[in-house]
Amino acid sequence: MGQVPLVDYLVLGDDPHLVANQCASCKARFFDRRNACAACGATAFSAVDVPTEGELVTYTIVAFAAPGVPVPFIAGVIDCGGTSVRANVVGCEPDPEHVRLGMKVRLKTFPIGTDGDGVDAIGFGFEPIDTKEAP
Amino acid sequence: MSDSVWILGITMTKFGKSPEKDVIDLASEAALAALADGGVTMKDVGILAAGNLMNASAGIGQQLQKQIGQTGIPVYNVANACATGATALRTAVMAVKAGECDVGMAVGVEKLAGAGLLAGGNRKADGDSWTPSGRYGSVAPLDGRVGTETMPGVFAQIGMEYGHRYGGADFELFARISQKNHAHSTLNPLAAYSKKMSLEEIMGDVMIAYPNTRPMCSANCDGAAAAVVVSEAKLRMLDPDQRRRAVKISASVLTTDPWEEACQVLPNVNTLTRNAAAKAYEQAGVGPEDLDLVELHDCFATAELVHYDNLMLCESGGAVDFFNSGVTWRDGSIPVNVSGGLESKGHPIAATGIANIWEVCHHLRGEAGDRQIEGASVGLAHVIGLGSACGVHVLEKAAA
Ligand SMILES: [Zn+2]
Repeated sequence: MGQVPLVDYLVLGDDPHLVANQCASCKARFFDRRNACAACGATAFSAVDVPTEGELVTYTIVAFAAPGVPVPFIAGVIDCGGTSVRANVVGCEPDPEHVRLGMKVRLKTFPIGTDGDGVDAIGFGFEPIDTKEAP
Repeated sequence: MSDSVWILGITMTKFGKSPEKDVIDLASEAALAALADGGVTMKDVGILAAGNLMNASAGIGQQLQKQIGQTGIPVYNVANACATGATALRTAVMAVKAGECDVGMAVGVEKLAGAGLLAGGNRKADGDSWTPSGRYGSVAPLDGRVGTETMPGVFAQIGMEYGHRYGGADFELFARISQKNHAHSTLNPLAAYSKKMSLEEIMGDVMIAYPNTRPMCSANCDGAAAAVVVSEAKLRMLDPDQRRRAVKISASVLTTDPWEEACQVLPNVNTLTRNAAAKAYEQAGVGPEDLDLVELHDCFATAELVHYDNLMLCESGGAVDFFNSGVTWRDGSIPVNVSGGLESKGHPIAATGIANIWEVCHHLRGEAGDRQIEGASVGLAHVIGLGSACGVHVLEKAAA
């Protein structure tokens, strides 16, 4: 019955990717709906595709969260070719032995649930590209 | 002669659990004690700035006046996340500096004992039908799906990012920072928790958000703090004893974060702190090397590390070596968080930004008893509220 993205900056289809609102004047990038640019004040933006691969620059393993949030999970920031993205790291054991700062990751989309109309919401995370960590 | 503003009276309540007292009781206790400490009354006060973040719209200032003195003065109720107390103080300082009055008072109070996660503490259930809403057009709550909104998780990432950039910061290092603060707390009778903890106990405690275990997180508790500030001209007319105990506010700075790449993805607590520190050192005419003690915002053990660097207590990128050298312990050359810090003293949010100034004043006045840093004459107090707001105050002992 169709799909909707979890957030409007996730583009689904054959080639899922994230899009940012880029300031036409200073190139600052944002993921939310904009009134103006926080960096320079300009009001014109264009949508730009964000690279789907990047590097994990920081993370935490959340062990304690609100009821209804499955724990543990890995939350982090991924540097996608100069654009920082907030996301969970998926496809990786949530323990410090398996998560590695600086590891290469790529965008991964997956269903997070189906609503009463049978529509799937599609979320995203980043998964390790090579998992040749220490055995 | 300078037109500095001085702290005339300042106090903090015992931090911890105060089930028998409500927010107004705690605020009154702190305010009345600060007035008494300064040797003045509500009749002398020309402006009141008050903060209570959990009830930011409740008009805490007016509620306080109704208990301790309705004198008709202007009240500014302020809210600035964890920088609320510092913002209240800065508001009073600005009013005195602007010449609107000679004496101002700032009060911060919070009741948080037993509170759990203060952000990301509950997540709405998914709806029956996916409907985009909010600035990200999200069809479902994002906490836990797109990163974390919890403070322990956010600040864990801030510390881990520093470790990634400069190396050397691992779980054990962060736990040792916490070990220092818990050790310091044993000398602070007003701390919510004053129990020494071993490294094993800290690392083996409940994990909240790696690498922050429970004792590495600020302690939710009840408490209040208040300060009475006075113009230099007014201070000169007061008794020698009041003048002797007065503490000079050599710098009072509040900043927010300038836009940088990634700052809306993971809060950047670094640049605004660095900016506040640079401005404060310039205002005060002192450098980090002149500080005898520092109370910095260790809301999590991972935060303390980055603020060594942000406050320029160490070389850029050198916070790990700096901590490892032992200088931030109370017997080191630049003691940090001798109060026990937020991890053990506790963090009643709006009170924190005044309580840390009280701690510094306590030492500058030579009244800190067992935990006195001998000969302290200059200190710095720092707070940061996510969002973000950073307050930095530099305080100096009165000339003998
Ligand atoms: Zn711009």
